[in-house]
Amino acid sequence: MKKLVKGNIALCEGAIAAGLKSYFGYPITPQNEVPAYLSRKMVELGRVFVQAESEIAAANMVLGAAVTGARAMTSSSSPGISLKQEAISYMAGMQIPALIVNIQRGGPGLGNISGAQSDYFQAVKGGGHGDYRLIVLAPNSVQEMYEMAYDSFDLAEKYRTPVMILADGIVGQMMEPVEFNRPEKKDFEEKSWHLNGCKGRAPRSIQSLLMKDGVLEKHNINLQEKYKTISKNEARFETYKTDDARVIITAYGISSRIAKSAVKLARKEGIKAGLFRPKTLWPFPSEAIAALAKPGVKFLSAELSHGQMIEDVKLAVNGKVPVEFLGKAGGAIITEQEIVIKIKEMIK
Amino acid sequence: MEKILSKPEALKDTNMSYCPGCGHGIIHRLVAECIDELGVREKTVAVAPVGCAVFAYDYFNFDVTEAPHGRPPAVATGIKRTNPEKFVFTYQGDGDIAAIGMAETIHAANRGENITIIFVNNANYGMTGGQMAPTTLIGQKTETTPFGRDPKREGYPIHLCELLSTLEGTTYLERVSIHNPQNIIKAKKAIKKAFQCQIDGKGFSLVEVISNCPVDWGMTPLDSIKWTEEVFIKAFPLGAVKDKTDEK
Repeated sequence: MKKLVKGNIALCEGAIAAGLKSYFGYPITPQNEVPAYLSRKMVELGRVFVQAESEIAAANMVLGAAVTGARAMTSSSSPGISLKQEAISYMAGMQIPALIVNIQRGGPGLGNISGAQSDYFQAVKGGGHGDYRLIVLAPNSVQEMYEMAYDSFDLAEKYRTPVMILADGIVGQMMEPVEFNRPEKKDFEEKSWHLNGCKGRAPRSIQSLLMKDGVLEKHNINLQEKYKTISKNEARFETYKTDDARVIITAYGISSRIAKSAVKLARKEGIKAGLFRPKTLWPFPSEAIAALAKPGVKFLSAELSHGQMIEDVKLAVNGKVPVEFLGKAGGAIITEQEIVIKIKEMIK
Repeated sequence: MEKILSKPEALKDTNMSYCPGCGHGIIHRLVAECIDELGVREKTVAVAPVGCAVFAYDYFNFDVTEAPHGRPPAVATGIKRTNPEKFVFTYQGDGDIAAIGMAETIHAANRGENITIIFVNNANYGMTGGQMAPTTLIGQKTETTPFGRDPKREGYPIHLCELLSTLEGTTYLERVSIHNPQNIIKAKKAIKKAFQCQIDGKGFSLVEVISNCPVDWGMTPLDSIKWTEEVFIKAFPLGAVKDKTDEK
């Protein structure tokens, strides 16, 4: 049976079903439903909820909970995510699995509380210091908020890496019917690395400071090997009417919903448009995009930013075909009509 | 011949990288002895700071995690809330706990987290070469107070135990020193009491250990002990600042 809930609530239910043991958060709009909902739910379930003194502390509490092998998460919106970057970089370096959720709002600075997609660079290009990557998932529906939250913990543990869900204020706030269809996870494998007291084994330490000669270089090589494996295995996407398309829109999250409507609108007018939607922003589905970059095809990156994902689309296309852009930021939203007008210009 | 004293099991059999005359070695040993005596080594998850004691995980013979600078109280909160049955302590310096991490310190204390903090106060940033710390004394020369700390320019030294004592969440706060055997014995008692406070579920405990840093103070080890006795502990009076272990 489907339930009508907000994206932020579906996200909570997905994390709970996946066995979320500890949540640490801090108030910021438009993610406030997450800590509010979990402050009741986690306590009722006998799990951990702490409202931290800051985004910095919340992310470091996640680090502490996750270093003991427990499933832990924090959520925030753009300015708060900037504050979490320190702990995110440490968790990447220390190879600690955890979930960080960004319900994006307008920026830069304090920006506003409307949905936006301006944190793409921060999410997929680093954000914090050092050579690291996050697995970045981009839900575009309330159902996917549930499913991706659920899946994120398995991914994080499989690769011992933090995972980010990069959603936005619209997906977080909108209500849609959701099927809560995933089994409650209760049994978790014993990990080989977590800190839970050294009873019956040698003491362990987890660190990112590696001072001995060549050790940090080796650690970085190992991390890159891991990222290569993730790139090979985990790039996820979906396509809509791309087979015969002359213009392929690339869009993620809420933009992909608008873009899909635009494709339908264009098709009604006999214009062959299609949609390519990355579900993982890192790893970016570059090979799948490259395969679509055939002569005569043009790409249009549609985003609620001033052009961020387009850089990865261009890298994937590698100059073979034109890539154009349509986007707005600061809480403004592109419409399907605007996309259709842009497509018409492109095929003139 | 009967062996009456040996290296604590909670210390690894390895050389420490601390400078000659530094107090960390003594404090590490006191912590390790207390952990052994309380029988909690195998359920300990400790948090190392950023600073000289970041290498604590190379010396302690139990599970230790790293934490970003100043964040050990938040990391310890995450560990302890998720695993209330574990024994959790942080080991932090003055810059870590009272400058960059002051918010984490105050709020972990105010929440009454059932953790213990071993706070090593040596009145400067040791690891980075002796800059001014929040606990640097008035008039004390450091790398970044070459004319001596002037309250008009750099403010006043922070007395962390006294500051935290105003918070209802704190149970046990004591300042000790390790500049002579008599004080080392007192320091061990305080550390053990703070650990016991956690074991008994009585809430937040912190022991501030006044420690010498001869290399960064530009003194011989002997002079640094003299300065600790004659100047440092006059500015930071020793003793229990708050003890509600009997009430909780």
